[in-house]
Amino acid sequence: MPGQTTLTLFIPCLVDSLYPEVGEALVRVFDRLGIALAYPQGQTCCGQPAFNNGYQREAAALARRFIELFESAEVIVCPSGSCVALVRHHYPELFRDDPAMRARAIAVGKKTFEFTEYLVDVLGCIDLGAVFPGRVTYHDSCHLARTLGIREQPRQLLRRVRDLQLVEMEGADTCCGFGGTFSVGYPEISLALADEKIEAIVRSNADTVVGCDISCLMQIQGRMARHNKNIRVLHIAQVLAAGEHS
Amino acid sequence: MKVDRPPSYSQAAHQGLDNPCLQRSLRSLQARYGQGALALWQALPDPTLRNRVKARRMQTLARLDQVLEQLAVNIRARGGQVFFAATAAEANNYILDLARERGVARVVKGKSMLSAEIGIDAVLAAEGIEVVETDLGEFIVQLAGSTASHIIAPCIHMDRQQIGRLFADRLDIPYSDDPPTLTRAARKALRRKLLTADMGLTGCNLACAETGQITLVSNEGNIRMATTLPKLHVALMGMERIAATLDDQRDLLQLLTQGAALQKLSTYVSFVGGPSRAGDPDGPEEFHLVIVDNGRSRILADPEFREVLACIRCGACLNICPVYGRIGGHAYGSPYSGPIGAVVTPLLAGINRHADLCKGETLCGACRDICPVEIDLPRMLAALRHKLAYGDANWQVRPHNRLEALGFKLWQRIMTSSVVYEATLRIIRNLQRPFIGPKGMIGRLPGFGGGWTRGRDLPPLAATSFRERWRQTHGRNRADKKKEVAGEQGHGE
Repeated sequence: MPGQTTLTLFIPCLVDSLYPEVGEALVRVFDRLGIALAYPQGQTCCGQPAFNNGYQREAAALARRFIELFESAEVIVCPSGSCVALVRHHYPELFRDDPAMRARAIAVGKKTFEFTEYLVDVLGCIDLGAVFPGRVTYHDSCHLARTLGIREQPRQLLRRVRDLQLVEMEGADTCCGFGGTFSVGYPEISLALADEKIEAIVRSNADTVVGCDISCLMQIQGRMARHNKNIRVLHIAQVLAAGEHS
Repeated sequence: MKVDRPPSYSQAAHQGLDNPCLQRSLRSLQARYGQGALALWQALPDPTLRNRVKARRMQTLARLDQVLEQLAVNIRARGGQVFFAATAAEANNYILDLARERGVARVVKGKSMLSAEIGIDAVLAAEGIEVVETDLGEFIVQLAGSTASHIIAPCIHMDRQQIGRLFADRLDIPYSDDPPTLTRAARKALRRKLLTADMGLTGCNLACAETGQITLVSNEGNIRMATTLPKLHVALMGMERIAATLDDQRDLLQLLTQGAALQKLSTYVSFVGGPSRAGDPDGPEEFHLVIVDNGRSRILADPEFREVLACIRCGACLNICPVYGRIGGHAYGSPYSGPIGAVVTPLLAGINRHADLCKGETLCGACRDICPVEIDLPRMLAALRHKLAYGDANWQVRPHNRLEALGFKLWQRIMTSSVVYEATLRIIRNLQRPFIGPKGMIGRLPGFGGGWTRGRDLPPLAATSFRERWRQTHGRNRADKKKEVAGEQGHGE
């Protein structure tokens, strides 16, 4: 298996700029599996903020750029469900009037995978030898769970982590209230949803909340920090990269 | 002159968030009916049912003119009257004229969202005609001088103590918050109205073209009584609420009652096909069906939004939507609240006017999962935002926010060049320093960012980005050519 495929990383803008340690954790996981990695330096953002606000021309400019940059890759892996959902499901819509670009968008979408999806569904790797002492609850991000249908893969991976106890919170797939610019446009509603999510996390008695999308985690972490809640917020890559390895 | 402007979406949402009674009610509503409907769909004996019903629904919409014609022919053949109203005003005038001609003094209503959409109550009231809601929830809301906050459960924003005080005040009964006592009091008050009404005014859950009848589903029986006791029955029907065949109607009704209230069948299912006749003495002396367009043709003509006309108004999307579940129905400023309201209200009443409804959701997709006819509401919210972003001549939409548009142009400039992007990161890293608090988080930002920091902290930009760290460990590579990538990046053991 190792050495066969070179895996090309798409590290979303929020991870690149705010949470680079998540990207590094991803690299450690794939290093451990002996998988060759590439990281095209020109990459920036998938275009999601523009798309979600209706600015389809701006989103299409970013989509075109993404396609040009990544279409030569064998496989693209990204630690964000919402970015992958955009590439796979909405890029083709952006080029509905341009059949050639649409075909290229579909082709790129087919080889773009979310991190846990790639590990479990493509590589068949569930046990990564990670060790993480803690009581962990998992938050289902909306686009990951509903658009991509990825619910079990992250849980399968977490269950195999040594010393990790996975506990379900109530409403694990209820929206955290981030919603992109919704979070700043309608802060009161956004915060009310965050509070409900945090109440569920607290009730689960977990000491760590884990997710696959850094945007949701930023929302949860940001609200908990304001209220001095002592619960760790981590991207799943950070958990899977943790521990002693031979 | 002081003009009372209705509260904005955000203001009304704030009121909802601050209302503990509403919060409790919505939580229990969503826990029971939202989760319940999802569980029902998962356990459907025929997992393709929803998809098939949706496909049939879209086929019917594609030849809606023919199907409506068939309905009208069948109803007229039975002695019923059918009036096609292009606008709310046409519908209101028709009903008002009818009420005048027949000397109507009192109208009893069955629950109808469309009646609220066209504003018929006020039109009749201005003529001195008494209008009484008979659906219990609508009756309560009417007594309180309020409006419905849920498609199926109109008074979900009130608890039984509030209803007890309302009834004590308005129905002259001793205070009680015992639901059976309150229901009996409402029943007594309503029975008097029903027995003396001159006109019954109902909605139409679903019509059937093949058989030529409308169907009303209810659980209290008052709606049915409003169709049978008064001499005159007028039914208001949105022009899309029609099934081509009885088989289609059966499937749709099943999904409707399950989506709305987890019921295989509602307590009452009434088929109304015309006035009483020789040999068929049940029913009113006169039956009028008012089929209302009021903006629906325009939706039908637009392939991007036609799908929203497949809605059967079960309200299931309200029972799962996290935003509706916190802010309640009044925030939507329309009879149609929740996710369906966020799409249909702008389309019917103006996209610019209801821009907040288009933008005030998280696009989480829960409404798409729960919809019995699998309507993709998030897709249409994104499409509405697209119209707001650049304006749209067909829908008479003006660009919504020039500053936002400029912001996204600038954002595109930054994001289409990794050099500019990296330079921007460097600038922000310098600018953010004074805002970083003792715990290493940003607690207060000016301008646009203030929306975030109002109740949340923000992590600062990292001192080194992922790309910088990658360059430090892997060097600068040219990754745009596959072969070079594979050659340079031998990475593992």
